[in-house]
Amino acid sequence: MMIIRSRPPDPSDPSTPIDQPAVRAQELTVVRGTRTVLRGLEFAVPRGQITGLLGPSGCGKSTLMRSIVGTQAKVTGTLDVLGRPAGDPALRSRIGYVTQAPSVYDDLTVRQNLDYFAAILDPGRAAAERRRADVTQAIADVDLTSHADALAGNLSGGQRSRVSLAVALLGTPELLVLDEPTVGLDPVLRRDLWNLFHTIAAERNATLLVSSHVMDEAERCHRLLLMREGRILADDTPDALRARFDSDTVEAAFLRLVDEATAAGNQPAKDAERAPDTKPAKDAKSAPDDETATGGASAAGDGQGTDPRTGDPTRKETAR
Amino acid sequence: MSTTSTTSGTSPASPGTSASAAPAPRPNALSLSRTTATATRVLRQLRHDPRTIALMILIPCVMLFLLRYVFDGSPATFDSIGASLLGIFPLITMFLVTSIATLRERTSGTLERLLAMPLGKGDLIAGYALAFGALAIVQSALATGLAVWFLGLDVTGSPWLLLLVALLDALLGTALGLFVSAFASSEFQAVQFMPAVIFPQLLLCGLFTPRPNMHPVLEAISDVLPMSYAVDGMNEVLKHTDMTADFVRDAVVVAGCALLVLTLGAATLRRRTV
Repeated sequence: MMIIRSRPPDPSDPSTPIDQPAVRAQELTVVRGTRTVLRGLEFAVPRGQITGLLGPSGCGKSTLMRSIVGTQAKVTGTLDVLGRPAGDPALRSRIGYVTQAPSVYDDLTVRQNLDYFAAILDPGRAAAERRRADVTQAIADVDLTSHADALAGNLSGGQRSRVSLAVALLGTPELLVLDEPTVGLDPVLRRDLWNLFHTIAAERNATLLVSSHVMDEAERCHRLLLMREGRILADDTPDALRARFDSDTVEAAFLRLVDEATAAGNQPAKDAERAPDTKPAKDAKSAPDDETATGGASAAGDGQGTDPRTGDPTRKETAR
Repeated sequence: MSTTSTTSGTSPASPGTSASAAPAPRPNALSLSRTTATATRVLRQLRHDPRTIALMILIPCVMLFLLRYVFDGSPATFDSIGASLLGIFPLITMFLVTSIATLRERTSGTLERLLAMPLGKGDLIAGYALAFGALAIVQSALATGLAVWFLGLDVTGSPWLLLLVALLDALLGTALGLFVSAFASSEFQAVQFMPAVIFPQLLLCGLFTPRPNMHPVLEAISDVLPMSYAVDGMNEVLKHTDMTADFVRDAVVVAGCALLVLTLGAATLRRRTV
């Protein structure tokens, strides 16, 4: 009933409501030790787009990502990922995950690292040829071809984090969860990686959830989840956020949001519900009902190409 | 929207969304190719560290050589202690190497990454056991060969049986190291587990004095420590031409302990962590 059309939805067509979201959270709460890190989050991450997860360090971004990937304990509430409960074994080959600290073997070369993870994702001798191509492609994607035979431990910090990213690209995952993938990289590399993210979203129709505590990266995302102290302050597009507060940058909008939340008498519970404008939540909830009706419309919209939204952030980049 | 379910473990899917997804193939509990890929990876890591390999392989040989001339005047003592040490060396080296290697895996984030992938815990542990087992065979073969053919260790039984026990000991060491690494949060702690876990067994295993000569309480304790059976097994081979019933019992006990501790080790690998 739910999936009538073939999977790749067309997220770039703004006239169609968002398809069954890649990630949907309701009443999502995570407790670590005695601390409640995430407090009743409600949000949806649309498919085929780049959603930025922004907020100061320690606001719960990594915990949220770990919950989505299924490595976080003590998660309560509903958290559906690609139509299954988070942590479902069937999801393990469909999600690419990059932790904040590069998680690769320092005593293996770049290629040996990728060879191993590829063999876990796509095992068997029959797949050897496919794996080799996949590994070569992933190394090229992160621009490390010239370092393919260098030990990961001998690479610079930025290069190692790109090896970690390459591992997540293996096996063309439907959902990429990237925890601060661009931290500590030089501006050129950062731009290249964001271009790569957009290519992945557009060409492979993958969903990307990218966290950052650098607000200027917000402009490069299709959608934003702004977090603070375990709550979501806003869930909107960068344009809408700027327009709402009549500000030039997302950063300014974020600061206004924080001020608003503080002004509301330190009652973030109420704010968290009010701030997101309730619109995105409504989108997510109504999406399944609309699906059958919009199926055709979306298929027709395919011809419009992926430009309007994917092109936007890249254009801004070049304009700078 | 009041439906609240927990996502931890294998909780049922929340209504609505999950019913729509096609049943995807579940990853197998144990996959041969993932296990061999893991073993290959561990060996490749070691190959980039030739000094560790050299130390692992040479130190037992040097120790045996030393021992041979320490007991220059009493070859019978060398026979007994030498054979016991052939069983103890692989246990200690594999314990150390495995506890550090898995600790690294835990702290570097690669374990979290692997467990977020379709890798069974059994694949990972079997991969480690396979890789270190292969290394243990090389180590034990060299040490046994040196002792028997060059240092004049007088073995009545087959040297192959010595090798078998040495291999089982190596597996036991791998298992203990893996298990213990779950309780260490740094390399410092992991190394301290060696005196805690290995030394008591070393004192009670019958290496220094026959177990029946100990205080009855200590003898009873030594009866439940796996290293005692490793040393007993070695001594059986030393004294008897055939595979005795006692030897079989010793080998089975060591192998059983290794399997038990490996299973416990698997239980310490958590996909979801706090």
